[in-house]
Amino acid sequence: MDDDKVFKALADPGRRRLLDRLCEQNGQTLGQLCDRMEMTRQSVTQHLGILEDANLISTVRRGREKLHFINPVPLYEVYGRWIRKFEEGRLGLLSDLRQQLERE
Amino acid sequence: MTDMSASFVYVTYIRTTPDKVFEAITRPEIACRYWGHENISDDWQPGSEWRHVRTNPARSVDLVGKVLESDPPRRLVLSWANESQQDDPAQFSRVIFDIDQQDRMVRLTVTHEDLQPGSGMLKGITEGWPLVLSSMKSLLETGQGMDL
Repeated sequence: MDDDKVFKALADPGRRRLLDRLCEQNGQTLGQLCDRMEMTRQSVTQHLGILEDANLISTVRRGREKLHFINPVPLYEVYGRWIRKFEEGRLGLLSDLRQQLERE
Repeated sequence: MTDMSASFVYVTYIRTTPDKVFEAITRPEIACRYWGHENISDDWQPGSEWRHVRTNPARSVDLVGKVLESDPPRRLVLSWANESQQDDPAQFSRVIFDIDQQDRMVRLTVTHEDLQPGSGMLKGITEGWPLVLSSMKSLLETGQGMDL
């Protein structure tokens, strides 16, 4: 999926809070997710739409209910693309530094 | 209705075909390239056993279960338990692979349900599935899996 969508979806504290809520308890309904969120049901619905569009949540219909599940797979893709790459760079720098210090 | 709080639904979009995704799950020589494990079954037919074997010289069997449904390349449903806990029916969870073609992408949904709340399996799969699925995506799209 699109990295831009993932970063944009994560750029909002309310949406990150919704992800935290799903991390605490997966498979919640819209009603459950609205509870203790200081925003309207309509805003929560909008935020969930953006998260789903970024593939950070998935939804499943069970009977009359729609359940929301956190989907961390795109985060691992972003991790692989962005964070691990920089870690390798840093580890490389450290190893250069060590070699240099050991030569002195 | 089953309690879904100990269930997970993982979704990844992969630029490939449903056949390739189904093979990546069921063919040992492909699974070993992104999963660090191979899934082995005689025929992947409902009722057959499958096992999850580590790709190392010891060939340790980590998971066992049965094929519950098989509709290649669209759907595969497995029962799933630690090899060491296979005598306890309560320890068996269920994994559903749904493979849907969407435009030129495949939407792979892995639903893992009937997990025991607080179990080691729950903890393990929470960390494991996202890695396995992003590694599978990487292999199928770039030819290179991640080192798991």
